[in-house]
Amino acid sequence: MNMVTLTIDGIQVTVPSNYTILEAAREAHITIPTLCYLKDINQIGACRICLVEVAGARGLMASCVTQVGEGMEVKTNTEKLRKARKLNLELLLSDHNRECTSCVRSENCEFQKLCREYGVEDYPYDGAKAPAELDDFSPSIIRDNSKCIKCRRCVAVCTNVQKIGAIGAIGRGFKSKIACAFDKSLADSPCVNCGQCITACPVGALREKSSIDEVWMAINDPDKYVVVQPAPAVRASIGEEFGMPMGTPTTGKLAAALKRLGFDKVFDTDFGADMTIMEEGTELIARLNDKDAVLPMITSCSPGWVKYCETFFPDFIPNLSSCKSPHEMLGAAVKSYFAEKNNIDPAKIFVVSVMPCTAKKFEAKRPELSNNGLADVDCVLTVRELARMIKQAGINYAELPDEDFDDLLGESTGAGVIFGATGGVMEAALRTVYEKVTGKTLEKVDFEAVRGTEGIKEAEIDLDGKKIRVAVAHGTGNAKKLLESVRSGEKSYEFIEVMGCPGGCVTGGGQPIVSSSDLMVKDVKALRAKALYTEDANKPLRKSHENVQLQKLYAEYLGEPGGHKAHELLHTHYEQRPMFK
Amino acid sequence: MALTNEQLEQYTAELKAFIADHKDIDGPLMPIMQKAQELFGYLSLDTQKIIADALDIPVSEVYGVATFYAQFSLQPKGDNIISVCTGTACYVKGAQAVLDEVVNILGVEPGQTSADGKFTIQDTRCLGCCGLAPVMTVNHDVYGRLTAGDVKGILEKY
Repeated sequence: MNMVTLTIDGIQVTVPSNYTILEAAREAHITIPTLCYLKDINQIGACRICLVEVAGARGLMASCVTQVGEGMEVKTNTEKLRKARKLNLELLLSDHNRECTSCVRSENCEFQKLCREYGVEDYPYDGAKAPAELDDFSPSIIRDNSKCIKCRRCVAVCTNVQKIGAIGAIGRGFKSKIACAFDKSLADSPCVNCGQCITACPVGALREKSSIDEVWMAINDPDKYVVVQPAPAVRASIGEEFGMPMGTPTTGKLAAALKRLGFDKVFDTDFGADMTIMEEGTELIARLNDKDAVLPMITSCSPGWVKYCETFFPDFIPNLSSCKSPHEMLGAAVKSYFAEKNNIDPAKIFVVSVMPCTAKKFEAKRPELSNNGLADVDCVLTVRELARMIKQAGINYAELPDEDFDDLLGESTGAGVIFGATGGVMEAALRTVYEKVTGKTLEKVDFEAVRGTEGIKEAEIDLDGKKIRVAVAHGTGNAKKLLESVRSGEKSYEFIEVMGCPGGCVTGGGQPIVSSSDLMVKDVKALRAKALYTEDANKPLRKSHENVQLQKLYAEYLGEPGGHKAHELLHTHYEQRPMFK
Repeated sequence: MALTNEQLEQYTAELKAFIADHKDIDGPLMPIMQKAQELFGYLSLDTQKIIADALDIPVSEVYGVATFYAQFSLQPKGDNIISVCTGTACYVKGAQAVLDEVVNILGVEPGQTSADGKFTIQDTRCLGCCGLAPVMTVNHDVYGRLTAGDVKGILEKY
């Protein structure tokens, strides 16, 4: 690689010639402020906050889009630059809804932080405001354009990474805005509710539709029996909301916090994940043994992916596993098995799922995910919402003791835990499918080929002589690439795992928001996934079918995996969806 | 003017042929959108979807371009195009009152088409006949030295 040497604030630094000044400065441990920049996703030089002085250049340069050159002399910290950056912040602020105290992003707003750092104390350019609109028709995501600074980070992740483009830059001049085609609501657009736009947004223009009030109301209602379940990926990330280092697993504290919030039962979606493996593994084996069955079978745990498939690849609907997602399976078991065993009227049970996901809010409202007219899951909270509730309750999360989930539907194996990372569902399924197909004990349970953050992973798995080809994609953009290669006949597999978000659930749209400056130096996907793989490695049981409480559920209630009762409660169907309503 | 089904089919086929010829050039979006506008007179959601699908880009991107340039129209044009000049001379001579009256009678804003499809009000600056200010045109007919009171009679002619 060609290297060049340049000087930044008097410090000599040698970097690859394709680096930007911003990247080179980071090598020299110099921080240049940014706002519209998002590493690997948005580099468009639009906000003019990352300005630098380059000797010999006309005007100030946006460091995020200016390539380095041999002998370049750069200054990042001059009075001229500080003034220019402050002026740009003041101009952005002139058309920003400054409701900071009631804004959900207060204290982790990148714009607010910069304004404070640059001493913006007044609104010198207060004038006309662009027409602001609030789109709250989606069950998952609220768009509030009054707070939008038009950095386009959301558009970049939706269009370039997820390959959906539900939102775009619309109109011109003062009236330009981020919106859906034909000014439709997100709810009527091809949006799959993944929420990647929320975690990309530097301000409060995008947020989840909050269910906190609904959950508090249920907890306070003496007639309701409120059951909660957190998804695998929640334990890998929620500590960050309380100042703990990224990648710290806090499973025991999570169970303890949920008990202190007043839920009647604290179960674990990891148990639902183990259930999913029993059902999905059985379905895969049945499909492999039936020469007329549709293959590859594709996982159906990720509701962002499922809606993407229904909207963009309806020809692959028959490939989707008929399994409900883990929290829906657990919800169905709570309102049937648990209710019967404890003599509770299922109509009085209120199931709350804590998910790393905004698409789960949409999923929970699917009418087909119900039994006897009762929704399997009543309400979905994101990790961010749960953290707010814990703060509202005055619980000191970091100091909590480790506690266990409640019995009956609270046990889990390592296979259930790794569901939260890309490749995890595949690996968990293979551990069980191997033993079911071969009748032998799987000695080496780690399937390293399907781990890691590469966009598309492929492997050939030897089931004692019978070979199956598998692939894993994360992010709908990678799923698109993978499905197109299957559709064209270029690739052929028996089993595919897709998660709708890049990195899988650990970096889902409902996860704690990581600032763009942290994203420059931290591999969030890998750090949070490591927390799950470590927990898996430390579990005494690491295969879903070894889960003792789950074995009991099948023996006492469900019968055989894939049997009649299991089908009634744990399986679902899909429908083709139009791009626009 | 509303298109017949035959026209719709014919224009759609023409557009698809044009796209096939142009999708691999550098920057194919603008010429294709211009062709679509020329064929249909405006860019409907369906037309924009055809373009987006063919180029494998989101509809929001096509819509973004369509709303950026004033030359693109998102609504079918009416049978008659009304232009009320709001250039400096006409404005000073009271064009706003004339335009307000047109808007008032037709019930739609500039850039839009009346519900009966008869009139489209077009955003207009100088028409080049400031001596007649304030001026409006309906298609190629020019009406000068207007007051708001003249508008009703003029529209009734069409």
